[in-house]
Amino acid sequence: MVMKDKITNKIDGLTRGHGEVKEYIATRNACKLCTPLGACLAYKGIKGCVPLIHGSQGCATYIRRYMISHYREPVDIASSNFDEGATIFGGKQNVHQAISNIIKQYNPEVLGVTTTCLSETIGDDVKQFMSEYIRDTELENLPKFVTASTPSYQGSHADGFHEAVLGAVSSLAKHTQKGEHINIFPGMFSPADLRYLKHVLESFGQDYVLLPDYSETLDGSSWSEYKRIPEGGTPKEEIARTADALLSIQFGLVFNKAGQSTYKKGGGTSQTAATYLENEYQVPSVSLPWPIGVEANDLFFNTLTEMSGVERPAEIERERGRLIDAYADGHKYVFGKRAVIFGEEDLVLAIYRFLNEIGVDVIVIASGGKSGLLKEKIEEIAGEKELPTIMSNADFEDIATISEELKPDLMIGHSKGYYIARNLNIPLIRIGFPIHDRLGGQRIQHIGYEGTNDLFEKIVNSMIEFNQTKSEVGYKYM
Amino acid sequence: MFKVLEERQKQVFTKGKDSTEIACGKQSAAGSVSQRACVFCGSRVVLYPIADALHLIHGPVGCAAYTWDIRGSLSSGPQLHRLSFSTDLQEKDVVFGGEPKLYGALIKLIEKYKPAAAFVYSTCIVGIIGDDVAAICRKVEQETKIRVLPVNSEGFSGTKKDGYKAACDVLEKIVGTGSIRETGKYPLNILGDFNLAGELWMLEKYYKRMGVDVISSITGDGRINNIAHAHNAKLNLVQCSGSMIHLAKSMEEKYEIPFKKVSYFGIEDMSEALYEVARFFKSDELMEKARELVREEIGELVPALEKYRKALTGKKAAIYVGGAFKAISLVKALRLIGVQTVVVGSQTGNEDDYALLQKLCDEGTFIVDDSNPLELSHMVKETGADIFIGGVKERPIAYKIGIGFCDHNHERKLALAGYEGMLNFAKEVYASAMSPVWKYIRNKSLDSSHQ
Repeated sequence: MVMKDKITNKIDGLTRGHGEVKEYIATRNACKLCTPLGACLAYKGIKGCVPLIHGSQGCATYIRRYMISHYREPVDIASSNFDEGATIFGGKQNVHQAISNIIKQYNPEVLGVTTTCLSETIGDDVKQFMSEYIRDTELENLPKFVTASTPSYQGSHADGFHEAVLGAVSSLAKHTQKGEHINIFPGMFSPADLRYLKHVLESFGQDYVLLPDYSETLDGSSWSEYKRIPEGGTPKEEIARTADALLSIQFGLVFNKAGQSTYKKGGGTSQTAATYLENEYQVPSVSLPWPIGVEANDLFFNTLTEMSGVERPAEIERERGRLIDAYADGHKYVFGKRAVIFGEEDLVLAIYRFLNEIGVDVIVIASGGKSGLLKEKIEEIAGEKELPTIMSNADFEDIATISEELKPDLMIGHSKGYYIARNLNIPLIRIGFPIHDRLGGQRIQHIGYEGTNDLFEKIVNSMIEFNQTKSEVGYKYM
Repeated sequence: MFKVLEERQKQVFTKGKDSTEIACGKQSAAGSVSQRACVFCGSRVVLYPIADALHLIHGPVGCAAYTWDIRGSLSSGPQLHRLSFSTDLQEKDVVFGGEPKLYGALIKLIEKYKPAAAFVYSTCIVGIIGDDVAAICRKVEQETKIRVLPVNSEGFSGTKKDGYKAACDVLEKIVGTGSIRETGKYPLNILGDFNLAGELWMLEKYYKRMGVDVISSITGDGRINNIAHAHNAKLNLVQCSGSMIHLAKSMEEKYEIPFKKVSYFGIEDMSEALYEVARFFKSDELMEKARELVREEIGELVPALEKYRKALTGKKAAIYVGGAFKAISLVKALRLIGVQTVVVGSQTGNEDDYALLQKLCDEGTFIVDDSNPLELSHMVKETGADIFIGGVKERPIAYKIGIGFCDHNHERKLALAGYEGMLNFAKEVYASAMSPVWKYIRNKSLDSSHQ
């Protein structure tokens, strides 16, 4: 148990914000990605948007490759392609040339710019570059420009995601006339999750703006003609409308707490799209936990009912009923099973809450994020329950070490934990991003009563299959 | 003809139509959505397969995260290369310098993993914040008594090709540090095979059957000690010439070891790679054995290929890969199974490669350097290609518009080199090009009957 104490101590130190108590080794098999990746993902959810990474060619290519392997869709991301000259004299020329070339090739409606460690370190001011471009260009029909400050030494991909949503709203939101609609700011949900959200809102007859919406752009159908920019995404006119909404619902507890905009504000509460709209346009905002599990979904659906004045549709009620029925059918197979969960902070918090509902004992919660909020949020969810080992700023070798010692029954997280599950010979239930070693990661539905049901059945069935495979005789009934 | 960006006009060539030479080796145009990565990527892929070395990436976390376990390069022993190590620089490191973190990481990691050597890859911001990586490496080298080698791979400092060069610069420092050893009569090194899906092991078997002594493989299934002894060879066989030619040239200069460019893809090139060795050593014995081996292998392979050739004859292929040398072999290998190449391009080809491609390809073939999704999709459409040979980033281009795809990049799990590999390749092309699923995408009448 010495090891466990060591790890727990190190992590405790971190979550209390006392700086890096951990004896520094290195990040070994990172359990996070860099900030611009999250920003590009968010930009893919804006209609007619081409993301542009202001950095080296490799940043764009690696991120494209990483996203393509999950979404299995074309992911075109442009690069300003820094060279040595740009690094010394600043990247303005490169950005300007890149914008012109993107307009010529893609004719985008929106150009979403993300910065990188390189451009931020040399002090490039991309907002200024954009204004100068607009002033000087001879091209017509310019796209709208959206920027996010996402140096990869500040936060992780989850932070980048929220930074870009914030960037889109702060550039495009515009007050005209107060509306009846609500804004929905999801976390890093899957395309299937986003489709479900839209379906739900429509079933309530509630007018809404969902941002980002990559449900089609990153999970589209096949094409007879190659499309320069895939169809789908939140139109810029819709983003403009966010300023006039009745309410913003943002899903999450942590958001971009470690991101650049929060950092610039001096920490404290995250600056998100929803809080921005609250401050600038007096649109009230509410933060809801990711709707995974009965309780989190009840909260979400009750909020919708309050907002819209519409009782939840019978169809949703039946979904809820089926989920609870499934809980009863499957509870025995998962009760008391010991789980290790890993991924973005908001994801693991949601999964932790859900696993508590079904009697799975979560023994380790690990995230590569380091908002400093993880422990506090877990304590809130845990109530009287014994706390799991909480690992902020964790990498996969940290997770492997503690898993080898604590011998969990299952792991829940994305593909990159596979090697640990394989070594321990336990099931890995794949959720979130990235799923690089299975088909259909983009179509996993995590949220809603329905998504929870899928997730629950996946966990139950993994445990059954595990025991069935281990059984000497095999069996045909569970 | 579709519109190619002005800056790229000279990098897109149609055989029989354009007479000028194809331009290459240029920095990618900003905003062009190049399929290339960066200098770091070039170094990382070349050194990656060295399995007993510690590969530490000095910079913020992305560069390490995106290259974790990225290549299907197999090792017969240690698996250290499959772990991803990063100094994960944070804001305060950028402000105050990353040297203490780098030093601490190296000492701890070397103590824990006991590698045969350590590589420290510099990423973009390392140069900017002024870390003296070389000095830290020297210091750690003195303290730990293992080689700690800086790789000058700042992403912005050139193209992927410059990354190859940076990797070769490092390998040069390892080669020759081992002792002089007794060797067999025909000692050679295999350069530029990365043992994807165990391909190197197939090649080694062929050479062993001929009686050739493989001294060192760089870098497939690579070991530091093995590379250190590479100067005991009398010949360097260089595949993937783009990445390893620098090392071959420097070994020629320093150790008078000549090199031959070879390729192991397709029957013709594979056989030539065996004959080349026999010719080099001027040995009838080797030549006889090579002929015997080729006879045996082809005797089995050709009848096995027949089914695929028959089915695929008349199909058209588009090729877009990292190195042009591989593209050249692919054109030939496809021809062998009845498939005509109508688009061929690479990220990093040089003038010689493209000249050879021009000679090799049929009239009307698009030849393209440093292309992008829009160009590639246009060319595929214009030529009516049935199958795309490429990597991860090309795959959705093919699938979205409903044509087959064969992964010829470093993630693949299927051996495509050698005679066995040729059969695998034919099967793979067949399995994708002949799949019934495409009719649902490409056949418009099916589409309308559905509506």
